[in-house]
Amino acid sequence: MFAFLYNPDRFMAFSRWAAPLFGAIAAVLAVVGLWLDFAAPPDYQQGYTIHVMFIHVPASMMSLFVYLCLAVASFLGLVFRQPLADAAARAAAPLGAGLTLLALVTGSLWGKPMWGTWWVWDARLTSELVLLLFYLGYMALQAAIDDEARAARACAILALVGVVNLPIVVFSVDWWNTLHQGSTLFAPSGQGLAPVYVPPFLIMIVAYLGAFGALWLVRIRAEVWRRRANVLAVRAAR
Amino acid sequence: MVLMRRELALSWGRGGGPMLAVAFYAAMATLLPLATGPAPSQLAVVAPGSAWLALALASLLSLERLFERDYEDGALDLLALGPAPLELVAAAKCLAQWITTAAPLALAAPVAAVALGASTALMPLICITALIGGLGFCFCGGIGAALSLGSRRGGLLIAVIVLPLFAPPVIFGAGAIEAYAGGLDWRTPLLFLCAYSLATAGLGPFAMAAACRNALS
Amino acid sequence: MLYLDAGKYAPYVWPAYAITVVVFVWLIGDSLMRARRWRRAVEAREKDAAADNHERDAAE
Repeated sequence: MFAFLYNPDRFMAFSRWAAPLFGAIAAVLAVVGLWLDFAAPPDYQQGYTIHVMFIHVPASMMSLFVYLCLAVASFLGLVFRQPLADAAARAAAPLGAGLTLLALVTGSLWGKPMWGTWWVWDARLTSELVLLLFYLGYMALQAAIDDEARAARACAILALVGVVNLPIVVFSVDWWNTLHQGSTLFAPSGQGLAPVYVPPFLIMIVAYLGAFGALWLVRIRAEVWRRRANVLAVRAAR
Repeated sequence: MVLMRRELALSWGRGGGPMLAVAFYAAMATLLPLATGPAPSQLAVVAPGSAWLALALASLLSLERLFERDYEDGALDLLALGPAPLELVAAAKCLAQWITTAAPLALAAPVAAVALGASTALMPLICITALIGGLGFCFCGGIGAALSLGSRRGGLLIAVIVLPLFAPPVIFGAGAIEAYAGGLDWRTPLLFLCAYSLATAGLGPFAMAAACRNALS
Repeated sequence: MLYLDAGKYAPYVWPAYAITVVVFVWLIGDSLMRARRWRRAVEAREKDAAADNHERDAAE
């Protein structure tokens, strides 16, 4: 049943219809979500800035979800020696980095009018920044090793180390903020969200999920073709 | 045991080992007031934290050579095939690194912090946290060094990889010092620092060995 | 119908949406271009390989 996960041909057949489908669903949901978003009256507390939440929170949730996907793909590639899993991990990294960047920038733009500052070193933002550093390090390591199989394995080890490290980072920054109590108290987003905002919020989250799914599948397809092209090139050179 | 002796000898002699780290550290301590302005009140606030940060950066220095020399001259292949498991080899390397660079730095750190305006009462704690944190830095750094074996731009790459891993010990170590200075609970962060360093010392060698085997394949 | 007047928050809200659009366009464009490029490369090489086989068969 899960043959499409490790068999390249089955995967290509699956993604051929799955990728456009996910993309279409994501696009439709995004339009609907944004429409509902702007059709709702401005929030009593947050004013017009509430609209940033609809693109910030999905981005940050997805940045962590992609990280998880990358770690799982790395694990599968490392333990079961699946080249498709390696390709999946490699493909996910730029998407994760982009989403993390979005989360940071939109979060900053949300924070300035809300809490008066562009940046604050609380657990969430700081660990998001560390996450971005991880993605960049991952992509740097990938680019620095020429042998593909070796690069994939090294990156897989890094991903597994990183996935263990991130909760520790979150914990440490959280502790550090309790030490510096009184400097800032960050009210988490989504607290006391007015009911009129809930549907577009959920829709946007699913839209982002669909977008990631579609883009990830497309990128893995590109990876599969790239490897096939390289194999054919080597064969032709003989 | 033979392994430890060899690693110790290697890392002591490598590029002037401890002297280089201490010299770098002194340079950082000198540059800091030049950058932030000599006002004592300003400096005193950041002194313990930046002394700690400089420690992290100085540990990055000799990381690149940790595995690379053996990798280049083929000794790593022999070590991988030898009687001692590769995990133990990696652990020995990091321990040797810790003894030769972290120990002298742990002595230099309190001095630098005081020079920057920290109170002398903090000195013992700074020394202890530098020692414990140094262990974490060496093993995390070892993971980065092993992963970037055989790649281009080794040194910079190691730093980028290792930064997320350095964050918790930096936070806990500096936090412990600040807590002590502020009269707050400093034992908790110190314990977390110990926990992190011991965890990396225990688990790190597995990642390092896997990375070394990958590079040798 | 749609509340589009951002008032004083405009310099924060619209740039946030703008950069989201930019990043997504870039990710989508890059992914699709990458896929197209490598699919074309595979097709080109397969055609070459087929042509080579033809020549070889014809020469024998």
